[in-house]
Amino acid sequence: MSLDPATVRRIARLARIHVEDADVALLQGELNGILGWIEQLQEVDVEGVAPLTGAAQMALRMREDAVTDGGYPERVLANAPDRVGDFYAVPKVVE
Amino acid sequence: MMPTGLTLAAARDGLRRREFSARELTDTHLAAIEALNPRLNAFITVTPELARAQADAADAALARGDAGPLAGVPLAIKDLFCTEGTRTTAGSRILEGFVPPYESTVTANLLRDGAVFLGKANLDEFAMGSSNMTSAYGPVTNPWTRADGAKLVPGGSSGGSVAAVAARLALGATATDTGGSIRQPASFTGIVGVKPTYGRCSRWGIVAFASSLDQAGPVARTVEDCAILLESMAGFDPKDSTSADRPVPDFAAATRGGVRSLRIGVPREYRSDGMPGEIARLWDQGLDWLRAEGAELVDVSLPHTKYGLATYYIVAPAECSSNLARYDGVRFGLRADGADLTELYEHTRAEGFGAEVKRRVLIGTYVLSAGYYDAYYLRAQKVRALILRDFTEAFAQVDALLTPTAPSAAFAQDDKMDDPVAMYLNDVFTVPASMAGVPGLSVPAGLDGQGLPLGLQVIGRPFDEETVFAVGAAIERAAGFTHLPEIRA
Amino acid sequence: MSYTIEGSTGAWEVVIGLEVHAQVVSRAKLFSGAATDFGAEPNSQVSFVDAAFPGMLPVINAECVAQAVRTGLGLDARINLVSRFDRKNYFYADLPAGYQISQYEHPIVGAGTVEIELEGSVTKQIGVTRLHLEQDAGKSLHDQDPARSLIDLNRSGVALMEIVSEPDLRSPEEAGAYLRKMRTILRYLGTCDGNMEEGSMRADVNVSVRKHGEPFRTRCEVKNVNSVRFVMQAIEAEAARQVQVWENGGAVDQETRLYDPARGETRSLRSKEDAHDYRYFPDPDLLPLVLDEAWVAELRAGLPELPDAKRARFVAEYGLPTYDAGVLVADQETAEFFEGVARGRDGRAAANLVTGDFFAALNRTGRTIADSPVPAAHLGELLDLQADRTINGRIAKEVFEAMVETGQDPAAIVESRGLRQVTDSGAIEAAVDQVLAANPDKLAEYKSGKEKLFGFFVGQVMKAMAGKGNPALVNEVLKARLS
Ligand SMILES: [Mg+2]
Ligand SMILES: [Zn+2]
Repeated sequence: MSLDPATVRRIARLARIHVEDADVALLQGELNGILGWIEQLQEVDVEGVAPLTGAAQMALRMREDAVTDGGYPERVLANAPDRVGDFYAVPKVVE
Repeated sequence: MMPTGLTLAAARDGLRRREFSARELTDTHLAAIEALNPRLNAFITVTPELARAQADAADAALARGDAGPLAGVPLAIKDLFCTEGTRTTAGSRILEGFVPPYESTVTANLLRDGAVFLGKANLDEFAMGSSNMTSAYGPVTNPWTRADGAKLVPGGSSGGSVAAVAARLALGATATDTGGSIRQPASFTGIVGVKPTYGRCSRWGIVAFASSLDQAGPVARTVEDCAILLESMAGFDPKDSTSADRPVPDFAAATRGGVRSLRIGVPREYRSDGMPGEIARLWDQGLDWLRAEGAELVDVSLPHTKYGLATYYIVAPAECSSNLARYDGVRFGLRADGADLTELYEHTRAEGFGAEVKRRVLIGTYVLSAGYYDAYYLRAQKVRALILRDFTEAFAQVDALLTPTAPSAAFAQDDKMDDPVAMYLNDVFTVPASMAGVPGLSVPAGLDGQGLPLGLQVIGRPFDEETVFAVGAAIERAAGFTHLPEIRA
Repeated sequence: MSYTIEGSTGAWEVVIGLEVHAQVVSRAKLFSGAATDFGAEPNSQVSFVDAAFPGMLPVINAECVAQAVRTGLGLDARINLVSRFDRKNYFYADLPAGYQISQYEHPIVGAGTVEIELEGSVTKQIGVTRLHLEQDAGKSLHDQDPARSLIDLNRSGVALMEIVSEPDLRSPEEAGAYLRKMRTILRYLGTCDGNMEEGSMRADVNVSVRKHGEPFRTRCEVKNVNSVRFVMQAIEAEAARQVQVWENGGAVDQETRLYDPARGETRSLRSKEDAHDYRYFPDPDLLPLVLDEAWVAELRAGLPELPDAKRARFVAEYGLPTYDAGVLVADQETAEFFEGVARGRDGRAAANLVTGDFFAALNRTGRTIADSPVPAAHLGELLDLQADRTINGRIAKEVFEAMVETGQDPAAIVESRGLRQVTDSGAIEAAVDQVLAANPDKLAEYKSGKEKLFGFFVGQVMKAMAGKGNPALVNEVLKARLS
């Protein structure tokens, strides 16, 4: 499987990373280089192997239902590039 | 002015005996940073006021006699750990101006034990790299130099941490390892680095790269120093669902354990035809040392090791493509202009991320996207299961494995930059242990033909860091590695 | 009686499936310790986890898991002892992490069923495909600032249950009945307050149309409809639109749409379409959710009696018609109030009093059961006063109204107002004689055979006795005198 320019643009759009037209070709080359190298995995026999999601071999731990966090709007907003009162602000979204 | 060449253990004892004050020790290291950081670029942020305040607090505690185990010990903190009130960059433009309102669990543990933070160490952007060349804050220079005078990389992603420790700008440092980011740079700079078992150190407050692989660990100039640091860094954290609820053993004691009658595995697949002679010879040397110390060598097979890297370059990018989605210019960090929200996202992330991060985010987005998930991501997870099975079967026969840490010594700053895949090959020996979540340690064992340090890697069973420390210390004693980098305080 | 849309090419059947998003009742959020209260100050119930700050990690809330299991049990559904959390990746202003933690491949609850009641006490089983836990998103305010949208993350990370039905619904009425029944069950279980106005219950409506006997045609998803009425309207509007499209030779394309109640029509929501590749994958910050069978059994044992069971019991125990029982169990408080009145008494009489005079009084006074002007106990005593003949039915109505006004108990009212029924035959005979003496002409007519005047005499006697005469005795005495 190798990427064409349209696919490079599509995944860049999915990832919300602007790519200049001039850079598509270079990116396409690099990504195809990596993907081509990754292709070696196709030769591994994974018949009947259960996928391994992570290295931690245990079950999920649950916490109790208690309010222990939040209540500090100033701290969650302190780093915001733009805000209106205690709201984060972004360019108007039209639906 | 007092020397910076002390081991962390020696400095700790000197402080306890009041031979010198934490303030003196800290000032000495701050002066060393001032003198050498311009050449090394090991620190992105230096925090002298904070360090002196912490040093004074340590001196007070030492005077009172209620000092913690690390009271007054000056450390460098990889700039991937969120530190309350001190800007944290992850080596990326996209976190420009971000000052965390919280302290990571690992650094909080170190502060609890009295450590002094000198500043935030440079790293590859979001810990994605093996050379520290991808940092938005510039490359780090390896304090070791080569005959031809070329500027060398310190390895990565924890390049600033290892350079600072090797050049004696700090007694130790925190680092993180996702595919080799502690062990490979430790090998490149002639120091010791430990990647503990996945789940041993909390990930809470560490900027995430690949959640199922990221693991914090120490780098220092001796195995014992790493053991001392890991004892403080490690421990169960209810804020991290993947943190292991286990007691933290006495790692320092484990370094004195010896290797008598331990079974040491020699994974045959690691001995690839491409392996440079001097690395193969160093490996054999290490095995001889262990045999001489009373260990039994056993030939083992890790058949899926050769697929470790390719698996890694699907799993890690897939996870990072999702983990890095939060850097969108809305709540913190860089924001670029955009006519609408989508443009704001696309421009912010285009300006904020460097080339390597973009490559990995795009690869990750692709391997998870509709129609490719099964062929790439799902298959990679199955191969990962086979890699883990390899280790499980090997550890049924042996107590630990010994391998080289990296396929080469430190390379020049302008090498391999044009070929991502060639760069990825640096982690060929370290990635399998990361995929399996087992502990690994790199210890300096000798020099290559050009006088550059080479490390050997010890890999152990899950949560058996004690054996890893014992084997690492045995090699350290046998190697008697006393060479020093040219650039040092 | 089945619902169809008459098109120019004939009758069309409507096929409906519902995805209900129900906000879980819990103190704290699904993966953070921030509060879930409705209507708090902007971003005042947001932790660094909810705002997706660097290095923040999710830890699951046990109560949210328990609520999902209770709901699954309440829907007679399979509980999956092993489930998993996945990330649904997409960029949006109110989705701070750039992904929603949800359950894609392995939900916590599997197939179940809901019984709905339709006209003429017809019932229908609606299949539930699955129930999974997921995070709610924040809120975007688009009308507060001329150039900007404002983001409040208070709701970000609150636990939701997404309950997906099979495409078993065939009319707006069935969809409405399903939603109301679902809300009743959730409220009985206490796992969701079902408050659609506050958005704690929303529905995505999947609608398609087809000719009878056809396989399913393309469906459209009408997103985030927030009232039963709008859901029913949206189905009508969307089904009508699709019939139009097909009959004009076009084809319905699968898409997400919004219902506009003002216009009474649905419109396409292209904005979300463009990047429709969610790249689901297992969340590496979390581990498989493994439930202990004993714990599930414990939760099962703790379940309350659910509406269907309660209805059946009311029919059996109080001899109520199924319909009346259904009305009484639709709301848990009503059911409890009714039992407070009916326990140990004539169930039908209790049901008539509660659904009749009592409901009327609530409407009139604008009260609810919660702040009822009369406690259930008093209504019971009122029934007792009728049963033991202390008062008759006519007086009972008068006493009830007095109870509503004064809040006094019925016995006190009967005493203070001297409303006891008169059973003393002497007094009754006196009243009868007085009435007959006062109406000689009517008496003559009766004697000459106009027997239906008997009722007139009864009325007059009761009137003379201010309604307190025992109706049976009055009849007896009159008959004797007139024969
Ligand atoms: Mg939906
Ligand atoms: Zn949903």
